[in-house]
Amino acid sequence: MKWDFASILDNSDALLVGAAGTVHIFAICLVLGLTLGLVVGLGRYARTPWFHWPATAFVEFFRNTPVLVQILWFYFALPILLPFEISPLAAAALGISLNSAAFSAEIYRGGIQSIEPGQWDGARSLGMSWGEAMRRIILPQALKRMTPALTNRAIEIFKMSTLASAVAYVELLQQGKLIASLNYNPIEAYTAVALIFFVFLWPMVQFTYLLERRLRRSE
Amino acid sequence: MTLLKVTDLAKTFGPNPVLRGIDLDVEAGERIAILGASGSGKSTLLRCLNFMEMPDSGTVTLDDRVVGRNEKELVKVRQRIGMVFQQFNLFPHMTAIGNVMEGLRTVRRFSKADAHARAEKELARVGLADKAETYPAHLSGGQKQRVAIARALAMDPELLLFDEPTSALDPELVGEVLNVIRALAEEGRTMLLVTHELGFAYHVATRVIFLADGTIHEQGTPDEVLKHPKKERTQVFLARHKEFSL
Amino acid sequence: MSYRWDFAPVLASGPLLAEGLVNTLKVTGVALGCGLVLGLALALMRLSRHRLASWPAGFVIEVFRTTPPLVQLFWFFFALPMIVGIEMTPFLAACVTFSIQSSAFFAEVFRAGIQSIERGQWDGARAIGMTHAQALQRIILPQAVKRMIPAFMERSIELMKTTTLVATISYADLLFAANEVSQKTFRPLETYTVVALIYFVVIFIASQLARLLELRLAKSGESTVH
Repeated sequence: MKWDFASILDNSDALLVGAAGTVHIFAICLVLGLTLGLVVGLGRYARTPWFHWPATAFVEFFRNTPVLVQILWFYFALPILLPFEISPLAAAALGISLNSAAFSAEIYRGGIQSIEPGQWDGARSLGMSWGEAMRRIILPQALKRMTPALTNRAIEIFKMSTLASAVAYVELLQQGKLIASLNYNPIEAYTAVALIFFVFLWPMVQFTYLLERRLRRSE
Repeated sequence: MTLLKVTDLAKTFGPNPVLRGIDLDVEAGERIAILGASGSGKSTLLRCLNFMEMPDSGTVTLDDRVVGRNEKELVKVRQRIGMVFQQFNLFPHMTAIGNVMEGLRTVRRFSKADAHARAEKELARVGLADKAETYPAHLSGGQKQRVAIARALAMDPELLLFDEPTSALDPELVGEVLNVIRALAEEGRTMLLVTHELGFAYHVATRVIFLADGTIHEQGTPDEVLKHPKKERTQVFLARHKEFSL
Repeated sequence: MSYRWDFAPVLASGPLLAEGLVNTLKVTGVALGCGLVLGLALALMRLSRHRLASWPAGFVIEVFRTTPPLVQLFWFFFALPMIVGIEMTPFLAACVTFSIQSSAFFAEVFRAGIQSIERGQWDGARAIGMTHAQALQRIILPQAVKRMIPAFMERSIELMKTTTLVATISYADLLFAANEVSQKTFRPLETYTVVALIYFVVIFIASQLARLLELRLAKSGESTVH
């Protein structure tokens, strides 16, 4: 059996374009997902029904439906309701971001709840409003504890970027498919793609372990 | 008859030489109390005898045969030596009688009926026949330790090792466990007992060993070591325990 | 802009969707079963003192946790057949991929569970002459498994969601059926909405059952003294 990695190197610019696409959608979904997640997380933490129930519904729905289904819904179903087209990037980004927002909302909620009430007491006793206490006292402490879980989420988002290939968004896997079909070398093409992801993600995973260890030591 | 012979046993943990050349002969029927400050290597010595810890050097001879290092032989050796732990180490997902039966069924391959009958006897011997179907979570510390003793006895050990059996118990529960150990002593069982209960050691032991700096600092009869210690470190150690001892 | 919702054609294609759902559950079931068995084997290998066992196991676990499942699926469906020279159906590729993929995650759950059992239990078992295997089988694993059930449930539900990826290699699961129905009926909005709801209901029920099981375990005194 002849392994043909030469053709992979020839197509390296195609892979580079794919990598750029992967990083692009990763960045979008990371920012959107973690920011929206914070808002929803605060809603989950709140006790007023007006905030709590919509947030809970959001979390339950987007955690209990597969991301691919959401992406395809945004790509095929949503345009029917809207007067404009939804690009592959938009559909994939929407699906992945909303899913990540739902998962990170629970991380935020858990993190905030883990800060002992005494901290609230201290903040309020100084005359801080709920918002100021949250912003200045609670969140900064909670964020430290949540970092490992949030980094894990980031790693998941990076892996989920491949789902965008289902709607033909140009990222690494999509390029891999292209190379494989043009050169008839699926082995080399997909192995190369897997390797690139591994090279990207393994340091991130090791970093998460490091964070977890440091956190455990400091607590 | 020399049951167990320890020659030049040594063990180091990281940078700390915990045992430095221990020589010990244990005759059948002897009851040896091992005393020492914490960190003196008492538990380590005990755990080396049934190879729960691997000695770095030296030999352990059981019945005139030097014990080798391969797991198959060690498993057989541990069947002949019983051990009772400070933290009991009962199996929480089994009842009291289940715990006692476990060695017989899994290791000795007894039938369920035979194991059950034997286990009942051992539980009765430690006074817990009525707690056979109780789970460890619902037993007091003293009861748990007695079940642990029954579990060790069920294996018909030639030698019993007690690693601070009462140190984790509330004071009022210590007595019931010591009584069981005393009864075993009166039967003539060979045992090594690491303990802080100096009064008990005085009355039950045939020999007392004081460990310091990883070696046997002083040894002799209970009268010699506990009432008239010759070495200074032994005297210092005993002085600190005056309020609990004789 | 008013759109006339019309679910009738979608509901008429019910049988097609139902078949898709069954196929989804088939792949999930196989992957779950194989994943658990393989995961235990990997965990034990990973914990072994022999490098010949722990290194390959560690390699498999790391690779399958650090690469995207979709890439793995494509590799097993397109690349492996060419290397090994066998016919690969979508179902087979899906089962192999997700069995190994889930086993990598299950292995970590097993490992954490086994390592969470305090050392004294190993002492107690070894002191009565048990071999390592006997201790593991009779004493350690029975206690560890109880602790690992919540994590297992969580992973299983994740698996249910991950298997939707098989639609991309044309395996006739529920999502693939959605695609077919949507093209047949020209009603993508209703089709995908219905399918999304079906997934939601199935997975939501599964996760509620998991939560119930967790609560019952917590009540049965899992937190009691050891």
